[in-house]
Amino acid sequence: MMELVLTVTAVVLSLAAAGAIVRIARGPSLLDRVLAADVLLAILGAALCIDMAVNRHLNNLMLLVAVSIIGFIGSVTVARFVADRREHLNES
Amino acid sequence: MNPDANVVDTVIDAVSAVFMIVGAVMSLAAAIGLLRFPDLMSRMHAATKPQVLGLFLLLAAVGLQLRTWWVWPVLLLAWIFQLLTVPVSAHMVGRAGYRTKHLHRELLSTDELEAVVLKAAEAAKAPASDGGRSPAAE
Amino acid sequence: MSRKRISLRQELPLLVWLVIVWGALWQDFSPGNLLFGALLAAVVARLFYLPPVELSGRFSVLRAIPFAVQFLGRVVAASFQVFYLAVVRGPKVTNAVVAVPLRSHSDLMVTATGHVISLIPGSLVVEVDRSTSTLYIHGLNVRNADDVLKLRKEVRDTEAGLIRVMGTKEELAALNLEVGA
Repeated sequence: MMELVLTVTAVVLSLAAAGAIVRIARGPSLLDRVLAADVLLAILGAALCIDMAVNRHLNNLMLLVAVSIIGFIGSVTVARFVADRREHLNES
Repeated sequence: MNPDANVVDTVIDAVSAVFMIVGAVMSLAAAIGLLRFPDLMSRMHAATKPQVLGLFLLLAAVGLQLRTWWVWPVLLLAWIFQLLTVPVSAHMVGRAGYRTKHLHRELLSTDELEAVVLKAAEAAKAPASDGGRSPAAE
Repeated sequence: MSRKRISLRQELPLLVWLVIVWGALWQDFSPGNLLFGALLAAVVARLFYLPPVELSGRFSVLRAIPFAVQFLGRVVAASFQVFYLAVVRGPKVTNAVVAVPLRSHSDLMVTATGHVISLIPGSLVVEVDRSTSTLYIHGLNVRNADDVLKLRKEVRDTEAGLIRVMGTKEELAALNLEVGA
């Protein structure tokens, strides 16, 4: 049964990652791309979780936390930077 | 091994399989939302929120599969950490998106913040007024 | 050190939390490890001094469990709702930014309400006005005035639940008065 689950989740996550990558490529603004990159990181986290559940180990747990920290710091920094720059140059 | 333990094992496996599939589908929901929603703000709803449930289900699946009690606190910790960070990053991106006119106003049915922002902008233009106290003026 | 010392009672929730994190990270809840964790927590709390979070000193476990269960239920329901909206409505979705004045003026309560509201899919805090403790919330699929009222009621209900769990006695009394009236 685990093989079936693994196949299904692999297909679903690949589709999701493809969607996020399309949005990164197309995204009209920087914030859209940041958001899509965040989703891509979350999909990576989901893949790490599924690996842990199927193979019954915990080696990826700290990697998972690190990935979510990187996503958090990245999106907050970019959001802050975008807001500042737009306000000062007054472009839109 | 008595047959009871086997049945319990199968049930736990089935539950965690369902959790894993639904958790993966939540990631797909985020991607579909990213692709289909028209503006940044609604994309953000789709991008950040289903992940909360998705990660919860996946971590629960890990806990069920490992079958030891001491992993639960760590998994709970990882989830609580996500609960604390997701709203903050979503708020920061949303705020920046609202300010930088990525918002499509024709897609809003009501906008009760616009009047406040306009008032704050006027207060900031006028000298010797305390525009710094209102939320959008900093 | 000119700063006012915080009492041990005020610091205790932080220390307990730090010890639990320490134990969880080592995946070891033996007494020796917990003791060492407590020692480290005390040192960290002393060295990296931060302004204390002003807790109300009241925490009702009896109210917290139903609130947590209800929260999980709403997260599940709303996640599927966002999924449905993404697949079916897609580009035609209508949103709104709604101002919601809150009852409580404590920073902790406003933050907690904002967090819970942001975690439930379909609503997101865009801006906070601290002086009047008003949250400006961006709601997904808010089409008319009825939906606005529903969203506002939902936020106020969430705040009421949080007040019942960990609000001060004054806030709780004011809430009971409001509900009773």
